[in-house]
Formats: sequence, C-alpha cells, structure tokens
Amino acid sequence: MNDKTAVAKTHPDDVKEVSKVTRVLRPQVDIFEDTSGITLLADMPGVTKEQLNLKVDKETLSIEGDMDTRIPEGMEAVYSDVRTTRYQRSFVLSGEMDTEKIEAGLHDGVLSLRIPKRAELQPRKIEVRVE
Amino acid sequence: MFDSLINPEGSLFNDFRRMQLEMDELIANGRWPSSIRAVAQGTFPPINVGTTPDRVDVFVFVPGIDSSSLDISIQRNLLTIAGVRRLITEEGANYYRNERFDGEFRRVITLPEDVDQEHVEADYTNGVLHVVIQRREVARPKQIPVN
Repeated sequence: MNDKTAVAKTHPDDVKEVSKVTRVLRPQVDIFEDTSGITLLADMPGVTKEQLNLKVDKETLSIEGDMDTRIPEGMEAVYSDVRTTRYQRSFVLSGEMDTEKIEAGLHDGVLSLRIPKRAELQPRKIEVRVE
Repeated sequence: MFDSLINPEGSLFNDFRRMQLEMDELIANGRWPSSIRAVAQGTFPPINVGTTPDRVDVFVFVPGIDSSSLDISIQRNLLTIAGVRRLITEEGANYYRNERFDGEFRRVITLPEDVDQEHVEADYTNGVLHVVIQRREVARPKQIPVN
C-alpha cells in the first residue's frame, strides 16, 4: 500500500474482488449549451494539471484524474467520505462538436471545458428584409 | 443517464457491485458505530479524517470556492467548517446537467479528545481544504524502556 491509498483504504476483500476500475469517483458536472458551443464544468478536488487526463476518442470524451493526497506516513483513516483517489467519467459528443478546438482549464479543483461547435454549423442569423 | 450502459468501464453491473459492497460494509460489517454527528452519504462537502500519534488531518473536498469565504472554527474537539459556494449561472444557456453543489454548507467534525485547539493550521490547494490539528504532548504514546 502506498501513501496515496492510505486514507482511501477499504477492506482487504474489496481489493481482491473488485477490479481497479470499479472504485472510481464520478465527478459532478454542470453542462450547458449556448449558440457557439457546450461548456462542461466538473468538480475534481485534489487533482493537479499534471494528473489530469483528457481524451477524445472518436466521439467519446473521457475525463480522468488522480488526486494528489499528501498523506503523512503512518496515518490512520478514522472517517472517509472519499474512498478512492481516482476520478473518471465520459461523455459521448455529437458530430457538430469541433473536438480539435476543445479548451480546458483547471482552477481550484474545478475543470472547465469549452467544446465549440464547428464554425460552419453555428447558427446564422437570417435577416428578413421587408420590402 | 445512459453513459453507464455505453461506457464499458463504468458498466451498470460494476455500479451494482460497488453498491452491494458499500451496503455490506454499512450493514453486515458495521465495524464502527456511526457518529451522532454523521451526515447522509453525498453531503457536500465530502470529508476525510486521518490521525497520526501527533496530529489529526482533516481533508475537506470543496472545489471552486473563494478561500476567504471559509469559516473554520474549533471548540475543544469540535471542528466546524462553514462556507459558501456560489455558482455563476449562464443566462440564456441551455442546461443539460446541474449536479454541482451551489449554496451554503456547514459540517461539524468530532475530533479526538486530545487535540490542541491552539495549534491548528489550514491551507486550500487544488480545491482541497487541509486542516492540521496538533495533538497534545501528554496524549502521545510514550515508549518505556526496560532496564
């Protein structure tokens, strides 16, 4: 057991039976859309820029991150709401999203993603001329 | 809603399995009785508490707040953490998910009896508030050498 898992430790049985991927945190998100794109905000406290992993594979956007928990040696967990140090969540994007132009920021444990729509697909205002 | 069905890594059955394990942990094993001040699962913000012989560490997972809005106080062995998180709502945007916590929060944590309320430090990095409370010298285990 390394120092990262000390506070998040569970039963020894869990470790045997459950594969690594089951014990992940699902970051809570807000997602909203405006005319030029979609914004996604995800709560990922404890994650630094270096430990954040964002991927777009075809149309699946996956967000992964590991918490940087500075646990002193010999620490014993007495109470834990958070029982794992890994965040993971993914979303399926739609075709009009320009995955090449996604912008990401991470500030105080909040990830913000801006996924623009392809320029040619952005709604255009059609002027109606009245003669 | 259906991403757990589409994404094999977070498959539906894994979620059920995890839930089952958590239920087992709560009911069957009940290794420690729950604290009188315990709150329901999913309360914001989540907290982890760890101890060593000389200090108690409290980790509060409060992303995206202004650290000056935090109000941390300690009375004997009761640590209270209160604050507010105000989310900016985009006017005219179409919301699909709105899961993140917005508003005021307060959590009270019972610390071990021997904490020293004069020696408390707190810092806020990457959305985690880390409070370190030293324990009183007398309470630490002492090695007794055999002559």
